[in-house]
Amino acid sequence: MSEKTLPQDSVKTTVAEEKIAVATQWQLMWWRFRKHKLAMIGVVVLILFYLVVACVDFLAYADPNESDAQRGLIAPQTIEWFDNGEFKPYVHPLKGTRDPKTFKRVYVPDMDTKLPIVFFGPGFSYKFLGLIETDRHLFSVEGADAYKTLFLFGTDVQGRDIWSRLIYGTQTSLTIGLVSVALSLLLGVTLGGMSGYYGGVFDTFIQRIIEILRSIPTIPLWMGLTAALPNDWNVTQVYFAITIIISLIGWTELARVVRGRFLSLRQDDFVMAAELLGCSKARIIFRHMVPSFVSHIIAATTLAIPAMIISETSLSFLGLGLRPPAISWGVLLQDAQNVQALAISPWLLIPVLPVIVAVLAFNFTGDGLRDAADPYG
Amino acid sequence: MIAYMVRRILLALLTIWMITILSFIIIQLPPGDFVDTYANTMSAGGTGITQAEKDALREQYGINQPMYVQYLKWMGLIMQGNFGMAIEWGRPVLDVIGDRLMLTIVISLAAIVFTWALALPIGIYSAVKRYSFLDYLFTFVGFIGLAIPGFMLALIVMYVGFSYFGSNIGGLFSADYAEAPWSMEKVWDLIQHLPVPAIVLGVSGTAQMIRIMRSNLLDELRKPYVMTARARGLAESRVIMKYPVRVALNPFISTIGYLLPYVVSGSIIVSMVLSLPTVGPLLLKSLVAQDMFLAGTIVLLLGVLTVIGTLISDLLLMWVDPRIRLGRQ
Repeated sequence: MSEKTLPQDSVKTTVAEEKIAVATQWQLMWWRFRKHKLAMIGVVVLILFYLVVACVDFLAYADPNESDAQRGLIAPQTIEWFDNGEFKPYVHPLKGTRDPKTFKRVYVPDMDTKLPIVFFGPGFSYKFLGLIETDRHLFSVEGADAYKTLFLFGTDVQGRDIWSRLIYGTQTSLTIGLVSVALSLLLGVTLGGMSGYYGGVFDTFIQRIIEILRSIPTIPLWMGLTAALPNDWNVTQVYFAITIIISLIGWTELARVVRGRFLSLRQDDFVMAAELLGCSKARIIFRHMVPSFVSHIIAATTLAIPAMIISETSLSFLGLGLRPPAISWGVLLQDAQNVQALAISPWLLIPVLPVIVAVLAFNFTGDGLRDAADPYG
Repeated sequence: MIAYMVRRILLALLTIWMITILSFIIIQLPPGDFVDTYANTMSAGGTGITQAEKDALREQYGINQPMYVQYLKWMGLIMQGNFGMAIEWGRPVLDVIGDRLMLTIVISLAAIVFTWALALPIGIYSAVKRYSFLDYLFTFVGFIGLAIPGFMLALIVMYVGFSYFGSNIGGLFSADYAEAPWSMEKVWDLIQHLPVPAIVLGVSGTAQMIRIMRSNLLDELRKPYVMTARARGLAESRVIMKYPVRVALNPFISTIGYLLPYVVSGSIIVSMVLSLPTVGPLLLKSLVAQDMFLAGTIVLLLGVLTVIGTLISDLLLMWVDPRIRLGRQ
């Protein structure tokens, strides 16, 4: 028996070794990344988040900006999942009245009527992924308009459905993070790369600028800059102005990472070899140096995104970032500023959850990528 | 050592200069000049100002002259301690800011003290008892702490305090002391109100510090000198506290440099939620009202204070770490 298994085992290990020996850098990274459980969870969560970003119209069932005072501040609805022991989710329609004593609007479910929830049912029409004309939504209500009867996360003061607003807000907040990071990356890689490659006076100059920018409290500065945006700018203009303002400071960390990599790689033998063989500078940088630190850049970028998301959320929360009718997590949280309002309608705090989950997911993924990118880790 | 000090001080001066330029840009950014804004606000408030007064203001700040002249004039006025008028308040900017600026500093320092007091022992514990239950717990809590921005934590704390304890835990003073002049009782009242904002502000910094302390100390504990100390029979507490902790502490002190801008930044927005009488709400109000002198001055003063704080921490680091003190000669 043992005589038989032994050689097989050794064959197996050599196969594994050979596999590692011929694996590309990206395969090695993937194998290491796979071992990082939290990071894998993070990736899955992020994929889900960006699926939401891609299919907002499908997931939302109400126009996020349509207000109706008759539906103000409805609490999240209870959904009855089973009807007579059968899986058949339904809701009771709500009837709004005014409390004669407190003048608060109260909503009483009409227990006699059942409105079944239909998946992939019809609703307002839109273009799926901007291409296919359709009116199908994840949720709709049979025999009634979903936006009048279904309130998964309740409504805000103006009677707008929070679930739908949250979905649209997710789209804005998550893309603003990506756009800002792309801008920061451009600045960071260019300036950091030049700083690391040329060194000398230029390097000192860039390093001083980075040090200075990092020692200034960012939020007051951002507030000052965003407050100066003209009031008559439309949503898109403000959106891009905010991304530029956020990335104005965000590039420093990326520049530091890139510079550090450049400095250490410049000393390496293979760069020297390429230089001696007479490669052009551009070829050395893009063909030899860049591939060996791209993974680090990706990790650093992933770790930079949550900070951008938080920045946008904070600014919008203060009313200095995106302004209504734009919807983002920060804009949604503006409604939660008042404690008294919160105590009466705590569901206004719901937008806190996606922020925390998204930031955690980005952090875990970034951590995993960083560990995987480091061959000596 | 002197060369290092001089370098740090020069860099600080350079930073302050940059901050003045940025503040000036903020003052200049809104369309129209600020005298127009000023006049508009005044006439909206019922007290219009005459053309002569407008001209005098324009003259004082040299509005029709090129940008750099305006900047220099503004700098000149600041050098004399004249930060301009806060339009909405009709008082000099410094009068309006005074107490609030001090309270901002007090809160920021309280947050940093809290951060250190908590992060240090937890960091040491996590490194020494690596992979223990508490280590995992702290790591997990730390991750959550990092992911929640200060103002959201403030919102949640406010909500919990209000709906479960029935009290408004915002503010820095009880109603009796809010308008009272400074006295020992008022200071005591302030100290009693400090923990909540300090904790809210300090949480994410604490989470970061714990991670830094843990990994630093882990690196040190692997080194041979620790094994030597153990082999010679030193008590475990001495083995850990005497050298590895001291070495691991160094980056800890240097981080105050970046912790400070971070905390000051955070305090602005957390103050809005917890309604603390710091410069935060003032800054927001002035920005919304386009009271640019007030806003510019706040950004300027906050920036300068942060730079000075960072400079002090750098000099402190030099005093603690002989490698910096001696190595740079």
